[in-house]
Amino acid sequence: MFYREAGDFKTSYAADGQTFPIAFDRWRYMIVVAIGFLAIPLFITEYMANAVLIPFLIWSVIAIGLNILTGYCGQVSLGTGGFMAVGAYACYKFMTGLDVWYVSACEGGANLFFLCTGVATYSVLFELPEFNIAFSVLMGGLTTAAVGLLFGLPSLRIKGFYLAVATLAAQFFLVWLFNKWSWAYNYSASGQINAPTRELLGFEITGPTATAEVKYLFCLTILFLMAWLARNLTRGRLGRSWMAIRDMDIAAEIIGVNPLKAKLSAFAVSSFFVGVGGALFFSVYLGAVEVGEAFGIQKSFLALFMIIIGGLGSIFGSFAGAAFIVLMPVLLKNIMVGGFGWPTDIAAHFEFIILGGLIIFFLIVEPHGLAALWRTLKEKLRLWPFPH
Amino acid sequence: MSLDSSQTMTTPDGRTIGGVVMEMKHITLRFGGVVAIKDISFDIREGEIRAIIGPNGAGKSSMLNVINGFYHPQEGEVWFEGKRRKPMKPHEIAHQGIARTFQNIALFKGMTTLDNIMTGRFTRMKAPWWQQAIWAGPAEREEVANREVVEKIIDFLEIQAIRKTPVGRLPYGLQKRVELGRALGAEPRLLLLDEPMAGMNVEEKEDMSRFILDVNDEFGTTIALIEHDMGVVMDISDRVVVMDYGAKIGDGTPDEVRNNPAVIDAYLGVAHD
Repeated sequence: MFYREAGDFKTSYAADGQTFPIAFDRWRYMIVVAIGFLAIPLFITEYMANAVLIPFLIWSVIAIGLNILTGYCGQVSLGTGGFMAVGAYACYKFMTGLDVWYVSACEGGANLFFLCTGVATYSVLFELPEFNIAFSVLMGGLTTAAVGLLFGLPSLRIKGFYLAVATLAAQFFLVWLFNKWSWAYNYSASGQINAPTRELLGFEITGPTATAEVKYLFCLTILFLMAWLARNLTRGRLGRSWMAIRDMDIAAEIIGVNPLKAKLSAFAVSSFFVGVGGALFFSVYLGAVEVGEAFGIQKSFLALFMIIIGGLGSIFGSFAGAAFIVLMPVLLKNIMVGGFGWPTDIAAHFEFIILGGLIIFFLIVEPHGLAALWRTLKEKLRLWPFPH
Repeated sequence: MSLDSSQTMTTPDGRTIGGVVMEMKHITLRFGGVVAIKDISFDIREGEIRAIIGPNGAGKSSMLNVINGFYHPQEGEVWFEGKRRKPMKPHEIAHQGIARTFQNIALFKGMTTLDNIMTGRFTRMKAPWWQQAIWAGPAEREEVANREVVEKIIDFLEIQAIRKTPVGRLPYGLQKRVELGRALGAEPRLLLLDEPMAGMNVEEKEDMSRFILDVNDEFGTTIALIEHDMGVVMDISDRVVVMDYGAKIGDGTPDEVRNNPAVIDAYLGVAHD
């Protein structure tokens, strides 16, 4: 009745190709964005921001990133946690002033400027100034894109489950690297990285005194931009080349898609998103990070679950999956502990059981995820109240 | 019928066939000890419909795969537009203007008809990725301009109604048609069709034949096709190459081929007493 394209005529191909071709959809989208940017910051609380909204926003960025690689380009990755760590540590280095060292004196060995075969004395070659947080997050993303490109190289030879195992190597290697490489955590004794207070336009974004509204708006703005980029990329020539490789790689090659370029660009773009997500995860959400704990293999699985439950090859599915995985436990906990007054330890067990059950339920109802469920609902709404 | 490479010829139905577009010279392709193609030479001329026929396992599809760059022959030369072709990857060959359809439909099943044909225009689009990312002026204009070309192809193939249907949901005959559309999207110099009528009923075959003739007639596209339906082949093609066990046993107009004793032997068998 209200959700119709009847009478909503398109007179140009640009209008027909837009993201929300149905007017009702367009309005709904604008209202959601307006509520997100204008209404929620007015009554956001510390608990809402830290337990619900900020993790949801950050995981959405990460899920979109993984969906570009796995959902759009068909390359399964289990290295998400490792790539998040790259984003976090790169962001940290740029926030605290990137320092590059060289060998100033080398006793009893050949001096190769960066490498000394004897006893070395190091000096700082240069130290960049401390960058503002937005730039640091961006650099976190770009660094991760470069690393992702490197770990994407095996995809040119191997596919499917075997590629998943190859990306697992990235996960373990990167976590190991950030555990051992003291330069990455600025030689701190604990091996942790801590986000110092950083401002953007006079507002504190990171650090212990940053307020919930500012952190929320910062993450929301980045998510908004990233989702817009992802949508544009996936509906254009590059996105079509990714989907072509996913659906039928031989036919893709025959129409001129270079598999090397398509796969590696998907790895780079996806890693950029995951890196930005990891940078936010560290700097805005957690504030202090120990790599094995924060970016372990379970984060890789979590991201994969999000896009499978949400829907592969769909931007909306990334949001839906992130919402499901992040919000559902909080909701269940609130119902069981707050509503029924159960002890928290019992509630925690039930939380796992119910969440697992719900995942199975949704996948049986619609194997293609919440996005497909949403599409079916929209199809039905277009005809409602008639069945056909 | 022997012509030199620049000479033109006129077909019985009055069309002019131009110079040589592609020439295969003494191609031999081996897989280990199996010889798939044995010393085959033939040419494809501007604006003609060239058929490659032969019993199963004769090496017809292998021949297309050589033209496409999936296989690299051990011996022989491939000449395209007057130049000897270096060994190339399939996607580089696509950029030279050779498009193709497959024997078993190889569409992008998760994408709509429109997106499939738009993907066919991959080699014709140039906007850099960062412009696509922000959907800036040139990228959007290019998208719209290419959409117009795609809409012409959709009109031509009469598939307007399934424009936004994911191709995985379409019936077989329509999928074949969309695949032809995707190949046409590249505006190819040479169009290769691998059994475009396999598994179709008579009406679908008639439609497909009509589309192939129209593509050749309206766009002047040079077509090389593999087909098993002799009726169709004899009706629509200008010249026919016949292969059997990897070797060429006949080459010429449909009438010449029809009366070639070696071809009759290969197809009908011969009494050995």
